[in-house]
Amino acid sequence: VAGVPESVLIANRGEIARRVIRTARRLGVRAIAVYSEADAGLPYVAEADEAVSIGPAPARDSYLNVPAILAAAKQTGARSIHPGYGFLAESADFARQVIDAGLTWIGPPPEAIDQMGDKIRARNLMAQAGVPVAAGTQDPVQDVDEALRLAGDIGYPVMVKAAAGGGGIGMSVALDPEQLRKGFETARSRAERFFASPAILLERYISSARHVEIQILGLADGQVIALGERDCSVQRRHQKVAEETPSPGVGADLRQRMFQAAIKAGEAVGYRGAGTVECLVDTQTGDFVFLEMNTRLQVEHPVTEMVTGIDLVEQQLLIADGAAVSFPAQSVKPNGCALELRVYAEDPVRFLPSPGTIAQWDEPAGPGVRVDAGYAAGNVVTPYYDPLLAKLVTHGATRDEALARAREAVAGFTITGLKTNLPFHADLLNSSQFGSGDYDTSVVSHLRP
Amino acid sequence: VGVAEIRAEMVANVWKVVAVEGDAVADGDTLVILESMKMEIPVLAESSGKLTTLAVGEGDVVQEGDLIAVIE
Repeated sequence: VAGVPESVLIANRGEIARRVIRTARRLGVRAIAVYSEADAGLPYVAEADEAVSIGPAPARDSYLNVPAILAAAKQTGARSIHPGYGFLAESADFARQVIDAGLTWIGPPPEAIDQMGDKIRARNLMAQAGVPVAAGTQDPVQDVDEALRLAGDIGYPVMVKAAAGGGGIGMSVALDPEQLRKGFETARSRAERFFASPAILLERYISSARHVEIQILGLADGQVIALGERDCSVQRRHQKVAEETPSPGVGADLRQRMFQAAIKAGEAVGYRGAGTVECLVDTQTGDFVFLEMNTRLQVEHPVTEMVTGIDLVEQQLLIADGAAVSFPAQSVKPNGCALELRVYAEDPVRFLPSPGTIAQWDEPAGPGVRVDAGYAAGNVVTPYYDPLLAKLVTHGATRDEALARAREAVAGFTITGLKTNLPFHADLLNSSQFGSGDYDTSVVSHLRP
Repeated sequence: VGVAEIRAEMVANVWKVVAVEGDAVADGDTLVILESMKMEIPVLAESSGKLTTLAVGEGDVVQEGDLIAVIE
């Protein structure tokens, strides 16, 4: 097929590797998997056209092992590399090495990754571009004393974050100076350990907020378009558990303003390919602020695909090759509502990890039901990677229909041999707060006090 | 005098050993920090007493049910 690379190596694992392989197959693109010793038995390895072992289980020896991944690309004659999400997906350095090796990078320009990768730099850049940001620090906070002084100016409660961070790691809310002292030290040690950068920022905390993000696509001709929003307010430990589109908390006017801001954000960094602009919507004032931009495909991208009918991985491949997208860019009309539930290997009450061997795996199917799974019966879920087993996605003409399908699908999803959070999802779907659509980022803490 | 054994709740890597064998520890003190599936899981003393055994070292992999520490 003209306009897509001849082959793609997926520098990732589990459900997202399998997801990319599925689109590659449909487009006649040769799909090459890489895997660690721990993942040799996973479905994505068997489903790829070729698969290369890249090292031992720990991520630093395999999925973060750039020389091994580039060697696998060379060995298989791969023409492009798709990074998925996590691991090396937001490493500008990796993107540069891929490009320098003469391969097509399925992602934005490395400079855009750099500009958005540092939360302080991104915040300042967005403010300059006219995108609303929360009151906060414009430079890295040097020490606790400076943090206390700045927090006094910003006003409590404040959010403490690692500038290079993600996934909620090291993030905390401080209601007063004492909590700030504690939170600052924790954030700093986590930031150094996980992100190799001690830079910390403070931002005014919005006490009742919805987490709403906009999917954008930077087209090959330079135009940036918005494909809709996703509400990701259902979170535990600042990590998403369920997402839906459209957001029940966003009206037509706010949606248009958020789309315009997201397009500005993309244009400000010369964005190409799929990206996500994350925002917080203050439920009290109805205003929104920029939170961060994720310069990659998002875990929860399927809800956007379900309502638009657009295959986002296909668009990534087309744009990376300099081709036009497969749909009319100016007339995207979403249809109905979609919901994604992240099925994690964790106990459904305290949300603690639950590695183990999968004895039985029976997926639901039916109209409006999509399952993106990384595992099958007999697979071992190891402690080395994140706990995502599968994404259960449902679509309906209305929100009620999408939720009803989700309830049925959760009841029809059987995974045994380890604990999963499916019982939590059943509770979520039956809760009056989630059912009403009138919820914020505290919804999980109400369900699991 | 009671003896309390603390065991791993899940497969995990030992990220940090906080306490030292022989320490006097109080209920709720962090003894070690495990890491599993990108999450840090502090292992806490469930009683006060003397930490007579600390069975793990940083970098070890523990299986569910493995002994981590003994408090007397």
